Amino acid sequence: MAAAASQDWPARYFHIDQILDKPGPRTDPAFAAGDGVKDFLRTKAKILVIGAGGLGCEILANLALTGFKDIHVIDMDTIDISNLNRQFLFRQKDVGKPKATVAAEFIMKRVPGVVVTPYFGKIQDKDEDYYMQFNLVICGLDSVEARRWINATLVNMVDPENPESLKPLIDGGTEGFRGQARVILPTFTSCYECSLDMLNKQTQFPICTIANTPRLPEHCIEWASVLEWPRVFGDKKLDNDDPNDIDWLYKTALKRAREFRIEGVTWSLTQGVVKNIIPAIASTNAIIAAACCNEAFKIATSSAAFLNNYFMLIGTDGVYSYTFEHEKRQECPVCGGEALDLTISPDTTLEQLIETLTERQDIQIKKPSLSTPIQQLYLQAPPQLEAATRANLEKKVSELVSAGGEVTVTATTLPFSLSLRISYTT
Amino acid sequence: MIKIWSMKKNEDAAAKKKPKTSAAQIRVQKDLTELDLPSTMRTHFPDPADLLNFTLTITPDEGMYKGGAFLFSFAINTNYPHDPPKVKCTQTIYHPNVDLEGNVCLNILREDWKPVLNLNSVMVGLQYLFLEPNPDDPLNKEAALEMTKNRDQFIANVKQTMKGGYLKGTTYDNVISR
Repeated sequence: MAAAASQDWPARYFHIDQILDKPGPRTDPAFAAGDGVKDFLRTKAKILVIGAGGLGCEILANLALTGFKDIHVIDMDTIDISNLNRQFLFRQKDVGKPKATVAAEFIMKRVPGVVVTPYFGKIQDKDEDYYMQFNLVICGLDSVEARRWINATLVNMVDPENPESLKPLIDGGTEGFRGQARVILPTFTSCYECSLDMLNKQTQFPICTIANTPRLPEHCIEWASVLEWPRVFGDKKLDNDDPNDIDWLYKTALKRAREFRIEGVTWSLTQGVVKNIIPAIASTNAIIAAACCNEAFKIATSSAAFLNNYFMLIGTDGVYSYTFEHEKRQECPVCGGEALDLTISPDTTLEQLIETLTERQDIQIKKPSLSTPIQQLYLQAPPQLEAATRANLEKKVSELVSAGGEVTVTATTLPFSLSLRISYTT
Repeated sequence: MIKIWSMKKNEDAAAKKKPKTSAAQIRVQKDLTELDLPSTMRTHFPDPADLLNFTLTITPDEGMYKGGAFLFSFAINTNYPHDPPKVKCTQTIYHPNVDLEGNVCLNILREDWKPVLNLNSVMVGLQYLFLEPNPDDPLNKEAALEMTKNRDQFIANVKQTMKGGYLKGTTYDNVISR
């Protein structure tokens, strides 16, 4: 603690220490009031922030000011001029630079003693070993795909033999005046995938409207990106981040808008529609980021009960908020379903394994299809895939799946899937 | 740090280490192995190890498109089933709801897609377009107009274009089922 403390001037954390120095009537029994918890928060806790955008800037500032000192941040984007109205760690001179790097430097300069380690790139570049080093993960993302990925990764990392492998995930999200904050304890509480069908879909226009009866500027932009781009450029992929591509879409959309006498096609609307930019309001980001960071602080210190597990804020009609326990979904493909350890002889064939699955009293699966993360082992249908995988039936499972390997089983009789962990008798 | 482990009521539930297979991959495996297609539809996988890219052939056994074999490509991304599959007709055909680039106007492929839908629903929806073309949601405006104004001529155009060849400046593919 000495090294960190040397950077701390007297009473630096006067207010926060009021909470950490003595337990209250509702603090967790495990709460180590005083130096123990302060030492953990300020010298040991390592927290990862995913996203250094609207939410990310707020989250980084909040964490640094509550006393987290070892913060890592990942973001794959560079700074755009349109970010500067709310992403307050960036200045005009930073336009074009990586968000993660600039945000990290700003925080370190502004809040002495805090070390922020940036990574300019994708979360998918990093493996489990990387994520394993953190105590907590906070997300301020605008992408469903990235959230699904980090959620599945953290759920998969949970090893029942190792409590440290469980990384609480705090996820914030905003859209205009609305927002949500949630705490996910992988495998313990409902996960991101559990609530996937609760998501508001992004507005999609019928393709025939886009093609024939445009009425809105968005219809013209969608026409340019969905229909004209592939017609003119064939297989060449549209690069949302390339200003030249956006420029082409803008001009194409504008021409069409004039043809149909539609007003309102602008360069920034074009960029907004193709990149699916959601209207961002700085103060909504501030509310949600604050909620997320308070939960991070409470989880890291056990100083108070934390959010269980979903907080939503609706500011579109007055201010309404609601907190509820989102329940785990039994058939969730990430955290639900059944898992089974199966020990078989190394001579067992795939066909025999399938027979076992169908015959065993406790499983009784009808017509199972099996795969590993790298290949299909046996699929019951369609006929072509059945034929393509049939040769595997005679093979020994040990030739197809390594010891400790995972096999995913799907069947109509299962709610979603069953995962098998195969080990072999010696 | 909170001691989450001690919260666990049921230790067995924690022992669910899940496979690295992505949710999208498992869902596609489930969708494909549980397809319940009539004999008028058949899937083909150019690479049987790749479940995310395949084609569907529809050979309607009734309606004005009877006798044709219509080919669609399916491309599924890793964000399935949040994102719908991308479906295109790989032939140039004369159909009110399919344009000459192969774009398909089917509500559940875009604005009405929901993760509870599956590949079977999309395929059945596609087949329905051949049984009941819908001129009210046109993608090929000329074909739709013809269908509303002069149904007999429209049917004649369908029959003619299915054999391939020119109609009003467009070359259509021969889609007659062999």
